[in-house]
Amino acid sequence: MSKQIVMPFGPQHPVLPEPIHLDLVLEDETVVDVIPSIGYIHRGLESLVEKRQFPEYVYIAERTCGICSFIHGMTYCQGIERVMNIEVPERAHYLRTIWSEYSRLHSHLLWLGLFADAMGFENLFMNAWKHREFVLDVMEETTGGRVIQGSCKVGGVRRDIDRKILERMERDLKGFEKGLKDMANVFLHDDSVASRLRGVGVLSRADAYDCGAAGPTARGSGVPIDIRMTDYAAYGELDFSPAVVPDGDCYARCAVRVHELFSSIDIIRQSIDQIPEGEIEVKVKGNPDGEYFSRSEQPRGELVHYVKGNGTRYLARSRIRTPTLTNIPSLVKMLQGCELADVPVIVLSIDPCIGCMER
Amino acid sequence: MAFFEMAKTAIKSVLGKPATRRYPFVAAKVTPISRGHVTIDVSSCISCGMCMKKCPAEAICVNKEEKTWTIDRLRCIVCNSCVEVCPVSCLTMDTVYSPAMTTHSGLEVFNITYVKPEKPKKTDSSDEKEEKT
Repeated sequence: MSKQIVMPFGPQHPVLPEPIHLDLVLEDETVVDVIPSIGYIHRGLESLVEKRQFPEYVYIAERTCGICSFIHGMTYCQGIERVMNIEVPERAHYLRTIWSEYSRLHSHLLWLGLFADAMGFENLFMNAWKHREFVLDVMEETTGGRVIQGSCKVGGVRRDIDRKILERMERDLKGFEKGLKDMANVFLHDDSVASRLRGVGVLSRADAYDCGAAGPTARGSGVPIDIRMTDYAAYGELDFSPAVVPDGDCYARCAVRVHELFSSIDIIRQSIDQIPEGEIEVKVKGNPDGEYFSRSEQPRGELVHYVKGNGTRYLARSRIRTPTLTNIPSLVKMLQGCELADVPVIVLSIDPCIGCMER
Repeated sequence: MAFFEMAKTAIKSVLGKPATRRYPFVAAKVTPISRGHVTIDVSSCISCGMCMKKCPAEAICVNKEEKTWTIDRLRCIVCNSCVEVCPVSCLTMDTVYSPAMTTHSGLEVFNITYVKPEKPKKTDSSDEKEEKT
């Protein structure tokens, strides 16, 4: 047996957009074990719930993450609505679905760009972010914010989208989809991408299940878990199926996200076609008294917001469980036995969102 | 599997127009509902303090005695909450972002110039409405 050394990876590393620290135990060039440590950007957002009134906390819940912000706000609102037995209008459900899917598109395109950058494909990185700009423009036009939308509120949504704008959004999706197809072709069929990713960081189906993997990490290992199938917002009335790739390597996780781009576009189209006319919000009276676990599917996997009210304007407790945290054990499993040069690609393949994870 | 899948896109990008704007020579893209920064009309603010109560970032301070409205631009998260709750609509959301800070503090103090109109002797319906607000 050769001598073992410990090599620090992060918290500042060119491949990491956010700080996480991994102690890599190496034998020659092979990683034998990994000790992750987190806690660099803990902001205490959960305890802030006791100091802000529950309708205002939506803004803070949204700012938990800088990428999937809308879904955080929506999940929190869903929790409060369930506690208070508020029936949200149908149109608001559809608008929430449309914005969630645009968030997913923007998050996946951001990740695909970063991933291309991690494997040294700069041109593809720029291309992915060019497409992402289209999504951000739609977001800004419909909600007023590019990344932090702020359009979700307890009892519905703040802004409506005109029929005219909805129709234009649907028309524009055609050109966008064409550009995405060209880009997806590179991710799925280019030899240089495949030879960098195939067989790297393999997570078996059983390991993915045991480690509690969530989202594309689980679906990339053949575990068909998608919280959108549990019928929240308007997902119950739309026709879609989760993208599952059984291989479990980095290539599979990348493929899942590429397939999800197109399924998101399909969901947006269906929502725009089926969206009913009517109110977008209901008036909220009273204070929440009770508790609820609200779940939704973030671009990275299952997101849980726990809310507990005590009959006042201030909630007693909030707890956020984000998918990155549940994917860390899977990451450790993937890294064991890999080469040192593959570590950046594997770390990025779970789409780590540290800001979200540490709240 | 194939090589040079990216070539088509790359050639298109080389021959096509640039994907980015030539900012600052071309103005940044804004929409009518873009959230840039909060502005106040000091002549109509009634110092009710609703914006201060509803601000999730505690960035606004309304001082009734000194008649000032203070906003910390570095704390403000541009969420539109104050604009929504303002009863006299004196707060508005500008579409352009606030300029970069050059000092340590982002405090901006506005002196409220609103004067409560005196009760007119002859009251007609429009004046009554104003007083109520």
